[in-house]
Amino acid sequence: MTEWLGPQEWQAVSLSLKVAFWAVALSLPCGILVAYALARWEFPGKQLLNGIVHLPLILPPVVTGYLLLLLLGTQGVLGSRLQEIGVVFAFRWSGAALAAAIMAFPLMVRAIRLSIEAVDPRLEEAAATLGAGPIWGFVTVTLPLALPGIIAGAVLAFAKAMGEFGATITFVSNIPGQTQTLPSAIYAFLQVPGGEASALRLVVVSVCIAMSALLVSEILARRIAKRMGAE
Amino acid sequence: MLELKLRHDLSSFTLDVCFETPSGTTVLFGGSGSGKTTVINAVAGLFKPAIGRVVLDGRVLFDTDSGIWLPPHRRRIGYIFQEGRLFPHLTVEQNLLFGRFWSPKGARREDMPKIVEMLGIGPLLNRRPIALSGGEKQRVSIGRALLSSPELLLADEPLAALDQPRKEEILPYFERLRDELNIPVLYVTHSAAEVARLATSVVVLKDGKMQRQGEAADVLADASVLPTGVRAAGALIEARVKEHHQDGLSELDAGGLPLFLPRVQQAVGQSVRLRVQAHDVILSREYPEGLSALNILPGNIVKIHQGSGPGVMISLETPAGPILARVTQRSAKAMGLQTGIACHAVMKSVAIAPSNIGTTAGQPRA
Repeated sequence: MTEWLGPQEWQAVSLSLKVAFWAVALSLPCGILVAYALARWEFPGKQLLNGIVHLPLILPPVVTGYLLLLLLGTQGVLGSRLQEIGVVFAFRWSGAALAAAIMAFPLMVRAIRLSIEAVDPRLEEAAATLGAGPIWGFVTVTLPLALPGIIAGAVLAFAKAMGEFGATITFVSNIPGQTQTLPSAIYAFLQVPGGEASALRLVVVSVCIAMSALLVSEILARRIAKRMGAE
Repeated sequence: MLELKLRHDLSSFTLDVCFETPSGTTVLFGGSGSGKTTVINAVAGLFKPAIGRVVLDGRVLFDTDSGIWLPPHRRRIGYIFQEGRLFPHLTVEQNLLFGRFWSPKGARREDMPKIVEMLGIGPLLNRRPIALSGGEKQRVSIGRALLSSPELLLADEPLAALDQPRKEEILPYFERLRDELNIPVLYVTHSAAEVARLATSVVVLKDGKMQRQGEAADVLADASVLPTGVRAAGALIEARVKEHHQDGLSELDAGGLPLFLPRVQQAVGQSVRLRVQAHDVILSREYPEGLSALNILPGNIVKIHQGSGPGVMISLETPAGPILARVTQRSAKAMGLQTGIACHAVMKSVAIAPSNIGTTAGQPRA
């Protein structure tokens, strides 16, 4: 595969996989927490939280990317402070992961929230009467029962993270080998004469990755459903 | 012992109860919407009343005066829900072990095989809840609550979702909880038959208020507090199985008098308690001759209660214990019934349904 793809193409594919993996892995716990809070808790500012979570879905991605740059860029409000302790997001692959995570977050939370809402809260009560505290009740009852939805949310977020373009290119630019993800690479190849072949190869790779992610999540979800006797 | 005092404004009435439960099975008895479930949810910690105090064996679980509120997982109270609420993602065995896992090591029940056997759920251990029948689910649910080693068991109409044969299947297990395991139970129901079978004592609730507390026999004889009114009124008699006859009848000894019933499940020598519903009893001044009914109990009328309807409730004292009979005002007048006179209570053998016959831990009263 490395021979079939040029070095720059290969770099873009592997970087995208890395970015998408970390974006999902690190945002998943936070996504589950937010989804649970939105599904189960009543608290002041719930609608505000809901709005903020969904913001990246409705804002133009370029706007999200620019806001990230203002906030976390080296001259940014937070970014300059973080730089002092050695954490830099702007124009790094970690920044691409952050942008992807934020853009994918609403999709992830929506899917997980729906699956948590489908878990009967009376089962959590039953767990409490059996001696399991709120956290353990969540881990042993709610989480396993919501697992199909969590997997679906993670896969959806992974696909979104792989394809994120607008916020990424605005926040971390398009530096080959560092921040040039798959969509940015396709875009870059299309800007130069004779780049269509490379772009097309990357398109094929994107389609394959997206399809296999979908397939894996289907298989996993079906296995879990079978184990729980839903079939 | 459970001491309980609650006050809370609900949408349709104010819940205001205060009672203590002795050992054994205490039944919270009342019609639907009387506040029964709210009361046990407050005991379990699933509902927080505005004002109240709940003390279990000296342990304060809830007290608004001192601001104590133990969350449900720290109360060590088992709860058998109406719909079972088994965990669908776990096997029967994992469901049973769930509560055990969280219970304090020193207080854990170590008799899982015995409980599995008592409930007859050994063959189900590897199944998932979806593959169980309603009765099986409820048996597993009893086992799961028991194995969390609770200091009190709550049961919220555990039979209400089951059909009659399944109710018959589950009731004996609650009798065994009371008679063999010696664990206090607070049992919610609207069924007088379940009160008759299970209750050591009864608390009657209506519109969130306590109407009466007392022994099962006394409460069931009091038509004025029964949620279903006079139709459910009846007496509880304790008797001992004397002999199983060839013709399909069982002979019981109730205070020295023979009672003939369709074959009962209990073995010879075992004590049972029977619920005799007032509308199944016929009264006769003379000892009746040439009658098909096999059970004739001589007694004296101790009370005549005149309701608003066409019937009167007659209380008799017989050697078998108190008996209630519901007859029409017209008959009572024609027969010249009044307190103090001798009378015979006549019951058909088949009038006592198997669901009204239960075991008892105590000795027959007579």
